Amino acid sequence: MVKLTIDGRQTEAKEGAMVLDAARALNIYIPTLCAHESVSAYGACRLCTVDITTRSGRNRMVTSCLYPVEEGLAVKTTTEKIAAHRRMLIQLLLARCPESPELKAMAKKLGADDTPFPKEDPAKNHNCILCALCTRACDEVVGQSAISFVNRGVAREMAIPFYNDSDACIACGSCFYICPTNAIQMTDKNGKRRFVMPHNTMEFELAQCAQCGRYHLPKRQIAWMAKKSGQPLEFFARCISCREEVRL
Amino acid sequence: MKRLSSLKELAGLRQSIATVRDTKKQVVNICGGTGCIALGANDVIKAFNEEIAARGLQDKVDVRVSGCPGFCERGSILTIEPQNIFYQRVRRKDVAELVQATLIDGKTVERLLYPDLTTGKKVIREAEVPFYTKQKRVLLAHSSRIDPQSIEDYLYFGGYAALSKALSAMKPEHIIDEMKASGLRGRGGGGFPTGRKWETTRHAHGDIKYVICNCDEGDPGAFMDRSLMEGNPHSVLEGMIIGAYAIGAHEGYIYVRNEYPLAVKNARIAIEQAEEYGLLGDNILGSGFNFHVKISRGGGAFVCGESTALMASLEGEVGEPRAKYVHTSEKGLWDRPSNLNNVETWANVPQIINNGAKWFAGIGTAGSKGTKIFSLVGKVRNTGLVEVPMGITLREIIFDIGGGIPGNKKFKAVQTGGPSGGFIPENLLDLQVDFDELTRVGSMMGSGAMIVMDESNCMVDMAKYFVTFLMGELCGKCLPCREGMKQLHYLLTRVTGGLGTIEDIALIESLCSTMWDTSLCGLGYSAPNPVMTSLKYFREEWDAHIDEKRCPAKVCKPLITYNIMANCPNCGLCVKACPVQAITPRGKKEPVVLDQVKCTRCGSCFDVCRLDAVLVK
Repeated sequence: MVKLTIDGRQTEAKEGAMVLDAARALNIYIPTLCAHESVSAYGACRLCTVDITTRSGRNRMVTSCLYPVEEGLAVKTTTEKIAAHRRMLIQLLLARCPESPELKAMAKKLGADDTPFPKEDPAKNHNCILCALCTRACDEVVGQSAISFVNRGVAREMAIPFYNDSDACIACGSCFYICPTNAIQMTDKNGKRRFVMPHNTMEFELAQCAQCGRYHLPKRQIAWMAKKSGQPLEFFARCISCREEVRL
Repeated sequence: MKRLSSLKELAGLRQSIATVRDTKKQVVNICGGTGCIALGANDVIKAFNEEIAARGLQDKVDVRVSGCPGFCERGSILTIEPQNIFYQRVRRKDVAELVQATLIDGKTVERLLYPDLTTGKKVIREAEVPFYTKQKRVLLAHSSRIDPQSIEDYLYFGGYAALSKALSAMKPEHIIDEMKASGLRGRGGGGFPTGRKWETTRHAHGDIKYVICNCDEGDPGAFMDRSLMEGNPHSVLEGMIIGAYAIGAHEGYIYVRNEYPLAVKNARIAIEQAEEYGLLGDNILGSGFNFHVKISRGGGAFVCGESTALMASLEGEVGEPRAKYVHTSEKGLWDRPSNLNNVETWANVPQIINNGAKWFAGIGTAGSKGTKIFSLVGKVRNTGLVEVPMGITLREIIFDIGGGIPGNKKFKAVQTGGPSGGFIPENLLDLQVDFDELTRVGSMMGSGAMIVMDESNCMVDMAKYFVTFLMGELCGKCLPCREGMKQLHYLLTRVTGGLGTIEDIALIESLCSTMWDTSLCGLGYSAPNPVMTSLKYFREEWDAHIDEKRCPAKVCKPLITYNIMANCPNCGLCVKACPVQAITPRGKKEPVVLDQVKCTRCGSCFDVCRLDAVLVK
């Protein structure tokens, strides 16, 4: 275990843990938009920037989601300067996605009412803040890498290859569940699962439960689950509720 | 070619190269660097070969295509040995005369000699040209005498002596101690002490370690690493082999951008030759040490010069940086300990091993040792590559070596360190150039680009130019850099467009502060440098743009107008030059009329007018 202090409070954390986790274990609030326990740390949003002083006395600002705890570290999760930086960061995001309710709420929390920068057309970015949670989930959790980033720099967009229908997508919806700004929408209707992504739309067929007749899972996801688990396809013919009933 | 299996055999080979070489034979060293090639060096080389063959001089004269002597302004450059005559601005048509006069008759061709810019006196020897007298050429010392595609040339000038010294007389720890004692700091930009980096990598856990050479130089106006890799690739390779031996690495990569075809080619040839001689590969010179080097060509993304982005690119991933809280010397390429240095850093290694740390530490300032290569470009008379001792002043580089500003214009600023370096104004020209001093005034050493600006450059516009460059080159991963640069560009466009307000400046300052403190990598946190130094040192220009809606340098298009003066005799040059037909003639001897509504302020009329009848207001 590693001993450190966060906002003056002594604490211990496992070696290799990040400062953000150690702070959260103490119930200290650090704003984040691109951190999630299911995927690896990435450091895109920079909102979790904290002030650290190492044992040797070196003082600087680091992103707490990526900085591993170390013996004798003194962390200040917020200072006047950090608060100003966080306000600036959220204002930059508000200019990018001016209509996102999630960003507006966070801006309010961080003390920014509005953005001093010109607001982009909401139809341009569709509330996508390029946090890479969806692409990381698709890559690291699902293992499909159906979505990723295209273009470089200010032209960067989250999309599927060539903005076309993706063969790799299994329609599981992990990207939809993890998105912090609801930039990805998912609806199941009339036997179809429809995704409205920031820059394209996709539709997938749902499978019907052999027992209750309810539409339960996308056909592609069933195929993926069968392959991953080694169970025969017929195993997934019934929905999870019907399967559970049998077991009971 | 026989593979060398001991140090003795290497010494023997060196001896035999020296005995075979006829020092009395005339040699024409023609620069084969990219700059001279652009000026027609390939034609000159071809013409020399043809002329010499036609006159049957093959046994008396050798033509050697050499590395870059650095004086690009005066290309194509050639030196004739053993007379040691320096010819400049040589073209194909001059070759026959040179062969007859110098190679046959032993005379100099006056008109191709370098004329001293102040006295007009012709200079015969390279060493007497003012461009060279204040330089201290250590890394570039042999570039103009070596055929970069010939390992024998490199061996003749003492090449691989450092490697044999390192393998025979030094333990890896001693080499690292020597590097630490030399005080060498990384030439890629960060200035991290090289010896300490090597030590960390050596002590890092892991059986497999890598050494990497960063030749992804992509700054506008920078060509130090390219010239070194093109002109003397073996010196870089030798440094890498010594480094790998000291660190305990057996695999290395040269990451070179594909836009540098000659550097790629020469590096590849150097590796092949070194492998054939047993200077690279398994059991180097019978020492039992194995080291293999591969070349990886970069796609030309500026951000891939950043060490972690470079490693991601080497792995085949998208070239995006990652946080370096765990250093690459511990977890780098494929999560293994990796030591990355830039081309110039590696080239310094053989020099330090050969001459000793003490010699190296004797050059330079307290915090920065050795020499540094700069590419001197922009509004300066002697464009080229200069190698100077650390601690030389900016004034000496720009005015003594660079020959000052062309066209009787006034110096305004110099930007050091590439697109994210700061602008340094005239009152700081006596600044001693080293890592710490440049950082202190808000700029940086960077890899060594030096862009000189004169009074006709608008400093707000220059800041915008570099922000525009970086906006196109950033990777887009982290928020402050991606969104910040976009907004910074927007704000600067407002100011150069005459729409800026005092509030915009306050916003620029706080935005830059956030980018400095919170960006993920060096590209993001150094990007505000040009903007902030422009604001710091040239505030009056910003005020003129904001308060008076005026661009003092007459650059920002929305703030200037072109006007036809009364002395215009209606010659018609501008009428033809105008791309939007905004100028109409009125009749004989009558000044033409410029339609301000149609005018796009491109400046074509101003450029073609020979009578100064176009005035920019």
